[in-house]
Amino acid sequence: MSDAKISIRNLYKIFGKSPDSVLALVREGLSKEDLLAHHDHVLGINDVSLDIQPHGLQVIMGLSGSGKSTLIRHINRLIDPTAGEILIDGEDVLRMSERQLRDLRRFRTSMVFQKFGLLPHRRILQNVAYGLQVQGRSETDSTRAARHWIARVGLDGYENHYPAQLSGGMQQRVGLARALATDADILLMDEAFSALDPLIRTEMQGILLELQQELHKTIVFITHDLDEALRLGDNIAILRDGAVVQQGSAQQIVLRPADAYIHDFVKDINRGRVIRLGSLVEGDAPEGPVLPHDTLLEDALLHLSDAPGQRVAVSDRTGRIVGGVDLKSAIRAIHA
Amino acid sequence: MDFLTTFPSMGRADLAALRRGIDAGFRDFSREWGEAIEAFFHPLLRFLVWFDNLLVNTPWPIILGAIGVLVWAGSRSWLMTLGSVAAFFLIGYFGMWHDTMSTLAIISVATILCVAIGIPLGILMARSNRAQSTITPVLDVMQTIPSFVYLIPVVMLLGIGRVPGLIAVCIYALPPIVRLTNLGIRLVDRDVLEAATAFGASNWQKLWGVQVPLALPNIFAGINQTIMMALAMVVIASMIGVQGLGVPVLRAISNQYLALGIMNGLAIVALAIIFDRVSQRYGQRLQAHRKGQGQ
Repeated sequence: MSDAKISIRNLYKIFGKSPDSVLALVREGLSKEDLLAHHDHVLGINDVSLDIQPHGLQVIMGLSGSGKSTLIRHINRLIDPTAGEILIDGEDVLRMSERQLRDLRRFRTSMVFQKFGLLPHRRILQNVAYGLQVQGRSETDSTRAARHWIARVGLDGYENHYPAQLSGGMQQRVGLARALATDADILLMDEAFSALDPLIRTEMQGILLELQQELHKTIVFITHDLDEALRLGDNIAILRDGAVVQQGSAQQIVLRPADAYIHDFVKDINRGRVIRLGSLVEGDAPEGPVLPHDTLLEDALLHLSDAPGQRVAVSDRTGRIVGGVDLKSAIRAIHA
Repeated sequence: MDFLTTFPSMGRADLAALRRGIDAGFRDFSREWGEAIEAFFHPLLRFLVWFDNLLVNTPWPIILGAIGVLVWAGSRSWLMTLGSVAAFFLIGYFGMWHDTMSTLAIISVATILCVAIGIPLGILMARSNRAQSTITPVLDVMQTIPSFVYLIPVVMLLGIGRVPGLIAVCIYALPPIVRLTNLGIRLVDRDVLEAATAFGASNWQKLWGVQVPLALPNIFAGINQTIMMALAMVVIASMIGVQGLGVPVLRAISNQYLALGIMNGLAIVALAIIFDRVSQRYGQRLQAHRKGQGQ
């Protein structure tokens, strides 16, 4: 077994009266439509296997109805699967007793919700301290930690407000602070920023990335927004009809979409903000300016047009020069 | 065509035998168990008598002061506080102080009893669909059966007095608190509950940390209704020996004393309005967090 933090193996979830009775048919390849039409069951998750690396940000992307929110709820078993395995640190979540499961949810995973899920009758301070109180930590202890995380998400001064007094963006900061306060190393984010308007969403993405640089949690991030997926994800899995259609880095997905469905998806995005120089290296390195391999094309264009012969050298992670890229191929890559 | 015009009934003799059988059965039951049941309710009687005596024997200025403080604590409104104190003063001025204190005592004890039984029952109903489908018809019966009907077995079992009166009041006043507790808990936002589960809250932590607090406005509406219904039972309860404002009303009915009836009736109305407004105000204050204000 790999050293994945979370490992999902051949997961199936069928909703309906007797899921087990139709599981075999689904395994044989019965489609979601046929299952619904002839057997009156809904296929939620269809043979999903996914390894989520520690300290990384795994995005699971799909349109509504693709099963992404169902999938994330399997990780902390808010939903029980019909078949399959879920391992966290090599430990089978499905074999856990009620008590072990509660401890998993208290100490090892935490969650941020699309609709925030704040406790409306508690003030912000008590909301952020909630996870710690559930863990059984003392009042002073949990309050101190809560104040720290409220400050980290930029909500100082709002400790004594009620959630209803805050805007959507601020409420989700509370949700994020509540999730971070428990010190769990897995952070599950279910469309966490989808309910926010675009500007606030970008701001929250920034906050998340900034915190992640320092905290190195294992984050599973669900979204239906491709731009968000490409901006945040170290690794992206695209889900359709409950099955993973493609997974890989943002670049891999943009440069080599697995099928027409994904091609459709990625055709309107700003490729200059996704593709990096390293993937276009071709031929020998010219004399002159050197750019690192992970420079975004968008940022490289200016350098390319200024460079002699409109061609720059590209260095790899260690600083070694691996080759060159010219302006023409960069522009082609952006407008493919 | 006899068959179509006469209903196929059981027959007079059989019916009489059946009724006699049930009556005799219940009489035997109450002979057998009456004392034990009375002993069971004895602590309740002692509490009721103690509370009644406390209210009646405490000097009136202290009671008026206490009423003022309680109304203020519940409503935070000077107008309501002054109004309530003035209403009680008038009640005393018109010679109904003693009866009003007795009514206050039985209403308070009945409400405490209903809350103590009703809230756990409501919680049980909210947690189990089976409990809900069993208890709901019982509540329907309790609310709709004419109160005189259940006075009969209660009196047969416990005789005439305060405890049977209290039980009669509770049978009538219990349903709203049970129903509204159940409803309030079932209406708690699923997303909030899911969040609590995701953070590893146990069932107990979810119940007391999330469900009951969020159901409080509904639970309070239930308590309010329970108090109102208990007050509505005051006159009927006085028929089986409960002291209080119902007794003069009953006397007024049988002797056609118009003024006596109206005065005591208005005293009951005054109590009802004070209870209602104060408990509603308190319930509203509990919901401060729902609006965008309040500290």
